[in-house]
Amino acid sequence: MESIGKITSRTVVMPTNDIDTDQIIPARFLTTTSRDGLGQFVFNDLRRDSNGDDIADFVLNQPQAAGCAVLVGGKNFGCGSSREHAPWALLDYGFRAVISTEIADIFKNNSLKNGLIPVVVDAEIHQRLIANPGIEVTIDIETRTLTLEDGSAVEFPIDSFARFCLLHGIDQLGFIQQQLAAIESFEEQRSWTP
Amino acid sequence: MSNDKTLFEKVWDDHVVVAETPDTPAILYVDLHIIHEVTTPQAFSLLREKRFPVRRPDLILATMDHSTPTTPVTTFKDLDVVAEGAANQIRQMEVNCKEFGIELLGFGSIERGIVHIIGPELGATQPGKTIVCGDSHTSTHGAFGALAFGIGTTEVGHVLATQCLLQRKSRTLVIDVEGNLSKGVTAKDLILGIIGKIGVDGGIGHVIEYRGDAISALSMDSRMTVCNMSIEAGARAGMIAPDDTTFEFLNGRPRSPRGADWDTSVARWRELRTDDGAKYDKSASISASDLGPMVTFGTNPGMVVGINDAVPDRPSDPSFRKALDYMQIEAGKPMTHNDVDVVFVGSCANSRLSDLQEAANIVKGRKVADGVRMLVVPGSQQIKKDAESLGLDKIFVAAGAEWREAGCSMCIGMNGDIVATGKLAVSTSNRNFEGRQGVGARTVLASPMTAAASAITGKVADPRPFLRDE
Ligand code: SF4
Repeated sequence: MESIGKITSRTVVMPTNDIDTDQIIPARFLTTTSRDGLGQFVFNDLRRDSNGDDIADFVLNQPQAAGCAVLVGGKNFGCGSSREHAPWALLDYGFRAVISTEIADIFKNNSLKNGLIPVVVDAEIHQRLIANPGIEVTIDIETRTLTLEDGSAVEFPIDSFARFCLLHGIDQLGFIQQQLAAIESFEEQRSWTP
Repeated sequence: MSNDKTLFEKVWDDHVVVAETPDTPAILYVDLHIIHEVTTPQAFSLLREKRFPVRRPDLILATMDHSTPTTPVTTFKDLDVVAEGAANQIRQMEVNCKEFGIELLGFGSIERGIVHIIGPELGATQPGKTIVCGDSHTSTHGAFGALAFGIGTTEVGHVLATQCLLQRKSRTLVIDVEGNLSKGVTAKDLILGIIGKIGVDGGIGHVIEYRGDAISALSMDSRMTVCNMSIEAGARAGMIAPDDTTFEFLNGRPRSPRGADWDTSVARWRELRTDDGAKYDKSASISASDLGPMVTFGTNPGMVVGINDAVPDRPSDPSFRKALDYMQIEAGKPMTHNDVDVVFVGSCANSRLSDLQEAANIVKGRKVADGVRMLVVPGSQQIKKDAESLGLDKIFVAAGAEWREAGCSMCIGMNGDIVATGKLAVSTSNRNFEGRQGVGARTVLASPMTAAASAITGKVADPRPFLRDE
């Protein structure tokens, strides 16, 4: 994985609560055996009508959304299915970070493993972001800070190990494999076997 | 510091290979890895690319369920009924399992079925195990006192290669359920009631333990329905301490321990309960006696209401209003006002034999209402066979319902079993998200009894007037 330090971008705002992974990428697009090219289907059923035409007032179809890499969502973002296709699709579309007051566990894990940064903020900052779509923000993984357009900065929580892996581009599988001896001795010494 | 532990902590501690530190998550050993065709192809590609073998093919249970047709498949030509991508995924699963030496319970196997149905059915799901699967409803297996949770595809790759996962320990939430469920009220109504109470984000970061008289009284099938939907409250997993009901269920199943091994296993399993002095991070309680049949009215499982109660309104909440608009549901009236187009009995929430029996009991000798399509999809090929030997298939077919092969089917709509745009489906599945059952489909989650009564009347219906004495 490539190392990631800082993201600076304007925001796109989708204030709806409980945006689930079925909305991020509907199940009928999960029949792929690859992780590439899913960006074209991101939010498909919100973005396009039943004829496949763009729905003009959906936020991603508006000109000011072009090039935005930070998505601000309502609370409980990414709930539902464990499909990793959700962060794959968001990344492939061009998003690099998601901000909300609450981000669902599995989605958060999956995102961190792929370099999509989940940023949890308090209700006040969230309100400001929602009220001011399109402002430029900076997300600094090294310092764990989100800086808003006016220069004010807040800290956000990020798992220290995930942060380390992001900053250094470390592959987590390699980390587990370094512990092979411990895994083998665990298997030998346990009091029962599955 | 007391040494008292919760059920979750006991199972967790028993699987720590390398302990968690502030800087690194724990390395946790996985006892059972369940895999299916949709969330594994990219993980196998990674292994192939890096030339890693699968570390413990013997600890993997592999099947196909999500994108499989529910019409019979005997040759690959039969796959033409599903979309090309789905057929390709199914073929790829066969190739992957063969190449990596994994036994696949595929077409033609009586053991094939929905991942969360066959684990318990085969006795592979056992108390005290760690169980993972690339599917969020892996929480189902927690009904046996296992620590079971859904993982992403990258993590599927980790487990295939190392049999381990990187995990931070979750917090704990205990839900006490006292009282008794009344007649016509099921585990599905209970879990919908719980989610309605704690909210779809009430369990984020937590493992839930369900306990209390009402939980102890539940059958294993019902306990699985409860744990299945833990993820719909945002929880990492749901657990219930194993007891005699659990052991009775497991005794004699194909992959359950046998002989002396059985006795030592049961002795070990009996220790899997929360110690008296152990502390949970959070708690909640609900009375089972107060509950009636529950149905959802919105686009997440927390938007739930009693069958005869008026749908609430929150005029100043845009997310809430958006959900009602999508569902075309009017606030202030009970859900029983709504016409039904489709009824789906199936999914890992409610497709076990007892679920089918409950639905059949209501449908028997009656007809599915004009204009309603009723689809009944057993959770596994074994359940299908058992149901057929009880004549349940005939009851459904005589009523005008469709009786299918096992699979996820209309729960997720990947195999072409979908609800058409704008149509209202009463479904025994676990997710009523926008578009979950098809683009623009409107899903009402309910118990098998409520679903069956709705099929008969053509409206969302209270099942209690249709109950028969057994
Ligand atoms: S039945 Fe539905 S919820 Fe269960 S595993 Fe299949 S798709 Fe997932």
